[in-house]
Amino acid sequence: MTENLLEVHGLRTEFHSGGRRFAAVDGIDFAVRPGEILGIVGESGSGKSATLRSILGLIKPPGRVEGQILWRGQDIQGLAPAALRRIRGAEIAMIFQDPTSALNPVLTIGQQIRESLAAHTDLSATERQRRAIELLDLVGIPAAARRLDDYPYQFSGGIRQRAMIAIALAAKPALLLADEPTTALDVTIQDQIIKLILRLAAELRMSVILVTHDLGVVAESCDRVAVMYAGRIMETAPVASLFQTPRHAYTLGLLQSIPQGRAPRTPLPSIPGVPPRPGDVTKGCGFAPRCSFAEPECRSGRPEARRMAPHHLTWCRRADALPEPA
Amino acid sequence: MTVAIDSAPPRRSHATLIIGTVILAVMLLVALVPGLVAPYDPLRFDYHGTLAPPSLAHLFGTDMYGRDMLSRTLWATRVDLQIAIFSTLAPVIIGSLIGMLIGYYGGIADVVFNRLVDVVVTFPFLVLVIGIVAVLGPGLINLYIAIGLVDWVFFARLARAEILVQCRLDYAHAARGLGYGPARILFRHLLPNAIGPIITYWMTDMALAILLGSSLGYLGLGAQPPLAEWGTLIADGKNFMATAWWITVFPGLAIVIAGFGFSLAGDGVADLLRARE
Amino acid sequence: MGYGRFVLRRLLQSVPTFALITVLVFLLVRLLPGDPASAMLGDRATDATVARINAALGTDQPIALQFLRFLGRLLQGDFGQSQVLHMPVTELIGERMPVTLLLSAYAMVMAIVIAVPLAFLMALHRGRMLDTVLRGMFQLGLSMPTFYLGLLFLTVLGAHLRLFPVGGLGRGPVDMLYHLFLPALTLGFSLAAVIARSLRAAILEVLEADYVDFARAKGLPERLVLGRHVLRNALISTVTLFGINLGQLIGGAVITETIFSLPGVGRLLIDAVFGRDYPVIEGLTMVFAVLVSFIFIATDLFQAWLDPRVHQ
Repeated sequence: MTENLLEVHGLRTEFHSGGRRFAAVDGIDFAVRPGEILGIVGESGSGKSATLRSILGLIKPPGRVEGQILWRGQDIQGLAPAALRRIRGAEIAMIFQDPTSALNPVLTIGQQIRESLAAHTDLSATERQRRAIELLDLVGIPAAARRLDDYPYQFSGGIRQRAMIAIALAAKPALLLADEPTTALDVTIQDQIIKLILRLAAELRMSVILVTHDLGVVAESCDRVAVMYAGRIMETAPVASLFQTPRHAYTLGLLQSIPQGRAPRTPLPSIPGVPPRPGDVTKGCGFAPRCSFAEPECRSGRPEARRMAPHHLTWCRRADALPEPA
Repeated sequence: MTVAIDSAPPRRSHATLIIGTVILAVMLLVALVPGLVAPYDPLRFDYHGTLAPPSLAHLFGTDMYGRDMLSRTLWATRVDLQIAIFSTLAPVIIGSLIGMLIGYYGGIADVVFNRLVDVVVTFPFLVLVIGIVAVLGPGLINLYIAIGLVDWVFFARLARAEILVQCRLDYAHAARGLGYGPARILFRHLLPNAIGPIITYWMTDMALAILLGSSLGYLGLGAQPPLAEWGTLIADGKNFMATAWWITVFPGLAIVIAGFGFSLAGDGVADLLRARE
Repeated sequence: MGYGRFVLRRLLQSVPTFALITVLVFLLVRLLPGDPASAMLGDRATDATVARINAALGTDQPIALQFLRFLGRLLQGDFGQSQVLHMPVTELIGERMPVTLLLSAYAMVMAIVIAVPLAFLMALHRGRMLDTVLRGMFQLGLSMPTFYLGLLFLTVLGAHLRLFPVGGLGRGPVDMLYHLFLPALTLGFSLAAVIARSLRAAILEVLEADYVDFARAKGLPERLVLGRHVLRNALISTVTLFGINLGQLIGGAVITETIFSLPGVGRLLIDAVFGRDYPVIEGLTMVFAVLVSFIFIATDLFQAWLDPRVHQ
């Protein structure tokens, strides 16, 4: 087995709200291998974005991050600011959900690419300029040289997302964290952006963590997937295995409630009941209150991971009682 | 999905409003009956006790004529509170009315008004007021007139903007649809909703009026001697600052406290209105 | 690109403003009750002397004719003769203006130097001790009238501790900056308070923006994140307020120059008011308004430069 690029152990991210602390991410473990595309899927508020932000140290006080985040075996958490900066952008890059708010409105796209290059490379000013054009070309922005001096508001939503990807890739990172990169876009553009990310991952031999609430995207693009609910991972498995033999009641519920014959690109379907609100403390399995398979034991004590197949882990006590999906 | 990364929401306490109101209430009381709280006649000379430092007999000391500074500072409260109220009362009423009408009817009046605003803001407030006082002559009444001539524009601008916002909301359309007259719509429906920001601004404006009035008093263009006003008191004491600091320090503190009172009360009112929404 | 055209359009927009300023200044002296001649002469006024002064000022003519003459002279840069100092108002103002401009620019720089770092300090320490103390200090600065602040500086830092001279302009550029330090601090302090408070709020807002997280995620040094991404965006919402208050600051020069005995136009205005020197008052009011108009134009241009969305 190849060495893991990123390993996360016992990650717990806490925020303050209304005078109370609550865990947006509540003790999760996962790993990313070189070249792998890992999907993290879950509803809004399940802790997907907070997980990505925690990895890059973007959680601001009074928010708090605990646990180990190992990048090539080295814990990122304890790093000095300068050392952390050498990883941010250069080794691990991140793109955000909404390119409109994530691009600085008062700097040109060229400036925003060149400052990344300046931070991570020894390129001269003219080389940076040339490389910036290459990057815009790479992400498929037409007439790249002419668009370099444009401001974000002069681009369409899809091009803006491409520009953000170009900026993120400036220093050739080994891992791209993509936080719902298509949610803010038109349906017709969404597919193009996913394909672009997949193409770049393959060309640049880059790993990707793709956070999404869209099972269709996961099915079509990821190698492995982790299902998150209420700050915890419910199940992780290779994509085919997860879709064919879901081994968690929550995953099963998700898959079953996709209407047959519906096109991909549909947001997560609804399961009876409401997800817990931030700060709601659940003893036992987080999904138990909404779960139709739940037994009394599910409501007490945190479930342990169970290995259902070599790469298929579930945190569901009732895994054996689940039917095969129809 | 972005997680809100924020600390606890601002505490909804009324501390600012309470402290501000208490300061203003005490000032108002002193202004209404200065004779009852002041230990001495503020105008009585005492050539045996000139420039006396603070003591039990004279808590704030005495000035170069032996006048009791505590009594003078307390009596001056009446004058400065008058400045705050009298110079802003007409602007707040007339200015808001004009602004409401302009906001409601729009048209050519709106165009003219916006031009006027553009021009009035290009004059530094202090320079314009000094200019008007220069023509009218120094004194408190002329100070009120001078401030009023300029100040109404700011209230009108605020009221106009508020009415424009309110007019766009559904209830204004509903009221118009019911066939209510403009007066009823303006005063029964729009005014109650627009009045919050106007009151908040009025609080700030009264603090500004005191700053302006005491500045003109200091320059000799506001309250005239022997009337005690915080600015003129400081002007009286400025040549003794190194030797008799108490003459200027206490009136100065009074101005600062008054400013705090108005701005705390203003912030408090604003918080209250925001909480109500 | 569009910036040149934006500059031109903004300049053209201010033409009617200048025209209205002219009208307002003209009306100031002529429409308010009381005629200059009687006011100037006071108790010594006789019908003959009043008529003579009115004739000298031209205030005995019909108002429309007066305005045309006023306008005509204005276009030649002529504000008339000072009735007290017996010299052209234009010359007087020209002589005194450099001091006021230097003082104001100095105060502005001082305000920025104080406000910008402290605004960052407050925002980054939000809710903690340092933030509370600094906010209290600025609140105090806003509640304190300029003349009182000036007197305090003059007495404590000048006369008592002898850290700074208590008046005069000094000789040579360095000495002049030394002499003008306290006046500029006095004049700039309330502007610093206004800017610091509003910039603090703007920074706090911008710090929550996704593009700041993105800038950090790119691995930019914190210095660049704050200086390029945060400051520039936070300034956009503060610049307008800065312009308005800078205009007011110029007015504050009247008081600062009086307290520190500086020979600027502010002091000239006060002297003219006491000397009932109407042509000087008229000319100065006009000059102040024009100066502030140019400040507004400059801030609009600066804002458009900061925020490309404005001038497109």
